[in-house]
Amino acid sequence: MRLLTVYLIGLVFGLGISISGMANPAKVLNFFDVAGTWDPSLAFVMGGALVVTFIGYRFVLKRPAPIMAKVFQVPTRRDLDLPLIGGSAVFGVGWGIAGFCPGGALPALGTGRIEVVIFVASLVAGIIVAKGLRSTLAGPGQEA
Amino acid sequence: MMETAFTPLQSLGGGALIGLAAVLLMATVGRVMGATGILAGLLTPVDKADWTWRAVMLLGMITGPVAMMALTGQMPAVQVPISTPMLVVGGLIVGIGVTFGGGCTSGHGVCGMARLSPRSIVATLTFMLTTGITVFVVRHVIGG
Repeated sequence: MRLLTVYLIGLVFGLGISISGMANPAKVLNFFDVAGTWDPSLAFVMGGALVVTFIGYRFVLKRPAPIMAKVFQVPTRRDLDLPLIGGSAVFGVGWGIAGFCPGGALPALGTGRIEVVIFVASLVAGIIVAKGLRSTLAGPGQEA
Repeated sequence: MMETAFTPLQSLGGGALIGLAAVLLMATVGRVMGATGILAGLLTPVDKADWTWRAVMLLGMITGPVAMMALTGQMPAVQVPISTPMLVVGGLIVGIGVTFGGGCTSGHGVCGMARLSPRSIVATLTFMLTTGITVFVVRHVIGG
Protein backbone atom coordinates (compact mmCIF):
# COMPACT_ATOMS: atom_id res chain seq x y z
CA MET A 1 0.00 0.00 0.00
CA ARG A 2 2.78 2.35 1.04
CA LEU A 3 4.92 1.50 -1.98
CA LEU A 4 1.98 1.83 -4.38
CA THR A 5 1.29 5.28 -2.90
CA VAL A 6 4.94 6.29 -3.31
CA TYR A 7 4.91 5.00 -6.89
CA LEU A 8 1.80 7.03 -7.76
CA ILE A 9 3.27 10.17 -6.15
CA GLY A 10 6.43 9.69 -8.23
CA LEU A 11 4.20 9.33 -11.27
CA VAL A 12 2.36 12.59 -10.51
CA PHE A 13 5.74 14.33 -10.07
CA GLY A 14 7.07 12.86 -13.34
CA LEU A 15 3.89 13.80 -15.19
CA GLY A 16 4.12 17.34 -13.82
CA ILE A 17 7.74 17.65 -14.91
CA SER A 18 6.86 16.27 -18.35
CA ILE A 19 3.90 18.58 -18.96
CA SER A 20 5.62 21.65 -17.50
CA GLY A 21 8.62 21.57 -19.85
CA MET A 22 11.20 21.08 -17.07
CA ALA A 23 12.39 17.89 -18.81
CA ASN A 24 13.45 20.00 -21.80
CA PRO A 25 16.92 21.59 -21.43
CA ALA A 26 16.34 24.03 -24.32
CA LYS A 27 13.26 25.40 -22.55
CA VAL A 28 15.00 25.64 -19.17
CA LEU A 29 18.04 27.41 -20.65
CA ASN A 30 15.80 29.82 -22.56
CA PHE A 31 14.21 30.92 -19.28
CA PHE A 32 17.59 32.22 -18.19
CA ASP A 33 18.47 33.68 -21.58
CA VAL A 34 16.72 37.01 -21.14
CA ALA A 35 19.23 38.57 -23.54
CA GLY A 36 18.49 36.00 -26.25
CA THR A 37 15.74 33.45 -26.97
CA TRP A 38 13.81 34.16 -23.76
CA ASP A 39 10.97 31.81 -22.74
CA PRO A 40 9.40 32.81 -19.38
CA SER A 41 7.54 29.46 -18.95
CA LEU A 42 9.76 28.25 -16.08
CA ALA A 43 8.44 31.04 -13.85
CA PHE A 44 4.98 29.50 -14.23
CA VAL A 45 6.30 26.05 -13.28
CA MET A 46 7.95 27.40 -10.14
CA GLY A 47 4.92 29.59 -9.37
CA GLY A 48 2.40 26.75 -9.75
CA ALA A 49 4.51 24.32 -7.72
CA LEU A 50 5.20 26.85 -4.96
CA VAL A 51 1.60 28.01 -4.48
CA VAL A 52 0.28 24.44 -4.25
CA THR A 53 3.07 23.29 -1.93
CA PHE A 54 2.88 26.40 0.27
CA ILE A 55 -0.86 25.99 0.85
CA GLY A 56 -0.77 22.17 1.03
CA TYR A 57 2.09 22.06 3.55
CA ARG A 58 0.14 24.48 5.83
CA PHE A 59 -2.62 21.87 6.20
CA VAL A 60 -0.41 18.77 6.20
CA LEU A 61 2.19 19.95 8.72
CA LYS A 62 -0.55 20.95 11.18
CA ARG A 63 -1.36 17.26 11.61
CA PRO A 64 0.41 15.34 14.38
CA ALA A 65 1.96 12.81 11.98
CA PRO A 66 1.93 11.64 8.35
CA ILE A 67 -0.62 8.96 7.37
CA MET A 68 1.88 6.18 6.65
CA ALA A 69 4.85 7.05 8.87
CA LYS A 70 5.52 7.94 12.50
CA VAL A 71 6.99 11.41 12.05
CA PHE A 72 7.49 14.20 9.52
CA GLN A 73 11.14 14.22 8.40
CA VAL A 74 11.60 17.91 7.69
CA PRO A 75 15.02 19.62 7.69
CA THR A 76 15.36 21.77 10.80
CA ARG A 77 18.64 23.62 10.22
CA ARG A 78 18.29 27.38 9.73
CA ASP A 79 21.96 28.47 9.68
CA LEU A 80 23.65 29.55 6.48
CA ASP A 81 27.04 28.00 5.80
CA LEU A 82 29.63 27.80 3.04
CA PRO A 83 28.72 24.31 1.72
CA LEU A 84 25.10 25.44 1.27
CA ILE A 85 25.93 28.65 -0.58
CA GLY A 86 29.02 27.37 -2.42
CA GLY A 87 27.31 24.11 -3.39
CA SER A 88 24.22 25.94 -4.65
CA ALA A 89 26.41 28.35 -6.65
CA VAL A 90 28.21 25.38 -8.23
CA PHE A 91 24.91 23.63 -8.96
CA GLY A 92 23.77 26.73 -10.86
CA VAL A 93 26.87 26.65 -13.05
CA GLY A 94 26.19 23.02 -13.99
CA TRP A 95 22.49 23.69 -14.54
CA GLY A 96 23.36 26.65 -16.74
CA ILE A 97 25.68 24.48 -18.83
CA ALA A 98 23.48 21.39 -19.20
CA GLY A 99 19.93 22.72 -18.77
CA PHE A 100 18.99 19.63 -16.78
CA CYS A 101 18.44 19.73 -13.01
CA PRO A 102 18.03 16.44 -11.09
CA GLY A 103 14.25 16.85 -10.80
CA GLY A 104 13.93 17.46 -14.53
CA ALA A 105 16.36 14.77 -15.65
CA LEU A 106 15.12 11.79 -13.59
CA PRO A 107 11.60 11.76 -15.11
CA ALA A 108 13.13 12.55 -18.53
CA LEU A 109 14.82 9.11 -18.37
CA GLY A 110 11.38 7.77 -19.30
CA THR A 111 11.67 9.27 -22.78
CA GLY A 112 14.49 6.80 -23.45
CA ARG A 113 16.72 9.54 -24.86
CA ILE A 114 20.45 8.75 -24.70
CA GLU A 115 21.33 12.37 -23.78
CA VAL A 116 19.32 12.02 -20.57
CA VAL A 117 21.10 8.78 -19.69
CA ILE A 118 24.48 10.47 -20.26
CA PHE A 119 23.49 13.41 -18.05
CA VAL A 120 22.13 11.24 -15.22
CA ALA A 121 25.22 8.98 -15.30
CA SER A 122 27.42 12.10 -14.99
CA LEU A 123 25.17 13.44 -12.23
CA VAL A 124 25.53 10.19 -10.27
CA ALA A 125 29.33 10.29 -10.76
CA GLY A 126 29.36 13.89 -9.48
CA ILE A 127 27.36 12.93 -6.38
CA ILE A 128 29.73 10.03 -5.63
CA VAL A 129 32.80 12.26 -6.08
CA ALA A 130 31.30 14.94 -3.82
CA LYS A 131 30.35 12.45 -1.12
CA GLY A 132 33.92 11.13 -1.10
CA LEU A 133 35.32 14.65 -1.04
CA ARG A 134 33.02 15.67 1.80
CA SER A 135 33.99 12.75 4.04
CA THR A 136 37.69 13.44 3.29
CA LEU A 137 37.22 17.12 4.23
CA ALA A 138 35.35 16.15 7.40
CA GLY A 139 38.29 14.00 8.48
CA PRO A 140 38.47 10.33 9.44
CA GLY A 141 35.61 8.87 11.44
CA GLN A 142 33.38 11.86 10.86
CA GLU A 143 30.35 12.07 8.65
CA ALA A 144 29.68 15.58 7.41
CA MET B 1 20.40 28.16 -29.59
CA MET B 2 16.91 26.80 -29.96
CA GLU B 3 13.70 28.79 -29.74
CA THR B 4 11.01 27.29 -27.51
CA ALA B 5 7.35 28.31 -27.40
CA PHE B 6 6.01 30.14 -24.35
CA THR B 7 3.61 27.68 -22.64
CA PRO B 8 2.12 29.42 -19.59
CA LEU B 9 -0.86 27.07 -19.13
CA GLN B 10 1.00 23.76 -19.49
CA SER B 11 3.83 25.05 -17.31
CA LEU B 12 1.45 26.28 -14.62
CA GLY B 13 -0.51 23.00 -14.71
CA GLY B 14 2.66 20.89 -14.67
CA GLY B 15 4.02 23.01 -11.82
CA ALA B 16 0.79 22.47 -9.86
CA LEU B 17 1.19 18.68 -10.30
CA ILE B 18 4.78 18.92 -9.01
CA GLY B 19 3.42 20.78 -5.97
CA LEU B 20 0.63 18.22 -5.53
CA ALA B 21 3.22 15.41 -5.49
CA ALA B 22 5.25 17.28 -2.87
CA VAL B 23 2.18 17.78 -0.65
CA LEU B 24 1.06 14.15 -1.02
CA LEU B 25 4.53 12.81 -0.19
CA MET B 26 4.62 14.90 2.99
CA ALA B 27 1.05 13.89 3.92
CA THR B 28 1.67 10.15 3.47
CA VAL B 29 5.29 9.25 4.28
CA GLY B 30 6.32 12.58 5.79
CA ARG B 31 9.19 13.28 3.41
CA VAL B 32 10.45 16.23 1.41
CA MET B 33 10.10 15.77 -2.37
CA GLY B 34 13.70 16.47 -3.39
CA ALA B 35 15.12 14.78 -6.46
CA THR B 36 18.68 15.16 -5.13
CA GLY B 37 17.83 13.54 -1.80
CA ILE B 38 15.94 10.69 -3.42
CA LEU B 39 18.79 9.94 -5.86
CA ALA B 40 21.60 10.41 -3.33
CA GLY B 41 19.82 8.14 -0.85
CA LEU B 42 19.70 5.40 -3.50
CA LEU B 43 23.50 5.51 -3.77
CA THR B 44 24.13 5.29 -0.02
CA PRO B 45 21.06 3.57 1.47
CA VAL B 46 20.40 3.58 5.19
CA ASP B 47 18.58 0.23 5.09
CA LYS B 48 16.56 -1.94 2.69
CA ALA B 49 13.20 -0.24 3.35
CA ASP B 50 14.78 3.19 2.81
CA TRP B 51 16.32 2.06 -0.49
CA THR B 52 13.09 0.45 -1.67
CA TRP B 53 10.84 3.50 -1.32
CA ARG B 54 13.40 5.65 -3.13
CA ALA B 55 13.69 3.14 -5.98
CA VAL B 56 9.89 2.93 -6.30
CA MET B 57 9.65 6.73 -6.28
CA LEU B 58 12.25 6.91 -9.07
CA LEU B 59 10.32 4.30 -11.04
CA GLY B 60 7.17 6.39 -10.68
CA MET B 61 9.02 9.51 -11.90
CA ILE B 62 10.36 7.66 -14.95
CA THR B 63 6.82 6.58 -15.84
CA GLY B 64 5.81 10.27 -16.00
CA PRO B 65 6.62 10.79 -19.69
CA VAL B 66 4.72 7.58 -20.57
CA ALA B 67 1.70 8.87 -18.63
CA MET B 68 1.92 12.11 -20.59
CA MET B 69 2.04 10.09 -23.83
CA ALA B 70 -1.10 8.22 -22.74
CA LEU B 71 -2.92 11.46 -21.84
CA THR B 72 -1.86 13.80 -24.63
CA GLY B 73 -0.56 11.53 -27.38
CA GLN B 74 2.97 12.90 -27.23
CA MET B 75 6.15 12.41 -25.25
CA PRO B 76 7.64 15.51 -23.60
CA ALA B 77 10.11 17.33 -25.84
CA VAL B 78 13.77 16.88 -24.89
CA GLN B 79 15.88 19.31 -26.93
CA VAL B 80 19.55 19.30 -25.97
CA PRO B 81 21.28 22.35 -27.41
CA ILE B 82 24.79 21.40 -26.19
CA SER B 83 27.50 18.87 -27.08
CA THR B 84 27.91 15.52 -25.30
CA PRO B 85 31.16 16.53 -23.53
CA MET B 86 29.41 19.63 -22.17
CA LEU B 87 26.51 17.45 -21.02
CA VAL B 88 28.97 15.27 -19.07
CA VAL B 89 30.71 18.31 -17.57
CA GLY B 90 27.35 19.84 -16.66
CA GLY B 91 26.18 16.61 -15.01
CA LEU B 92 29.35 16.26 -12.94
CA ILE B 93 29.14 19.88 -11.77
CA VAL B 94 25.44 19.56 -10.89
CA GLY B 95 26.18 16.37 -8.91
CA ILE B 96 28.94 18.04 -6.91
CA GLY B 97 26.92 21.22 -6.33
CA VAL B 98 23.69 19.60 -5.16
CA THR B 99 25.56 17.27 -2.78
CA PHE B 100 27.31 20.14 -0.98
CA GLY B 101 24.30 22.43 -1.31
CA GLY B 102 22.00 19.74 0.06
CA GLY B 103 19.33 20.05 -2.61
CA CYS B 104 18.24 21.33 -5.98
CA THR B 105 15.26 22.95 -7.70
CA SER B 106 12.73 20.54 -6.18
CA GLY B 107 14.11 20.20 -2.64
CA HIS B 108 15.23 23.79 -2.02
CA GLY B 109 13.32 25.61 -4.76
CA VAL B 110 9.89 24.10 -4.13
CA CYS B 111 9.71 22.24 -0.80
CA GLY B 112 12.13 24.41 1.18
CA MET B 113 10.84 27.71 -0.20
CA ALA B 114 7.26 26.59 0.58
CA ARG B 115 8.32 26.10 4.23
CA LEU B 116 10.02 29.53 4.12
CA SER B 117 13.29 27.85 5.17
CA PRO B 118 16.05 30.50 5.22
CA ARG B 119 18.59 27.93 3.96
CA SER B 120 16.41 27.01 0.99
CA ILE B 121 15.60 30.62 0.13
CA VAL B 122 19.32 31.52 0.09
CA ALA B 123 20.19 28.33 -1.84
CA THR B 124 17.50 29.02 -4.47
CA LEU B 125 18.47 32.67 -4.94
CA THR B 126 22.12 31.59 -5.23
CA PHE B 127 21.64 28.93 -7.89
CA MET B 128 19.13 30.99 -9.89
CA LEU B 129 21.74 33.76 -10.00
CA THR B 130 24.69 31.54 -11.00
CA THR B 131 22.56 29.69 -13.57
CA GLY B 132 21.62 33.01 -15.16
CA ILE B 133 25.24 34.19 -15.18
CA THR B 134 26.41 30.87 -16.66
CA VAL B 135 23.81 30.93 -19.46
CA PHE B 136 24.76 34.52 -20.28
CA VAL B 137 28.48 33.71 -20.35
CA VAL B 138 28.06 30.50 -22.38
CA ARG B 139 25.69 32.05 -24.94
CA HIS B 140 26.72 35.68 -25.21
CA VAL B 141 30.33 35.94 -24.03
CA ILE B 142 31.97 32.67 -25.13
CA GLY B 143 29.41 31.72 -27.79
CA GLY B 144 28.52 35.29 -28.85
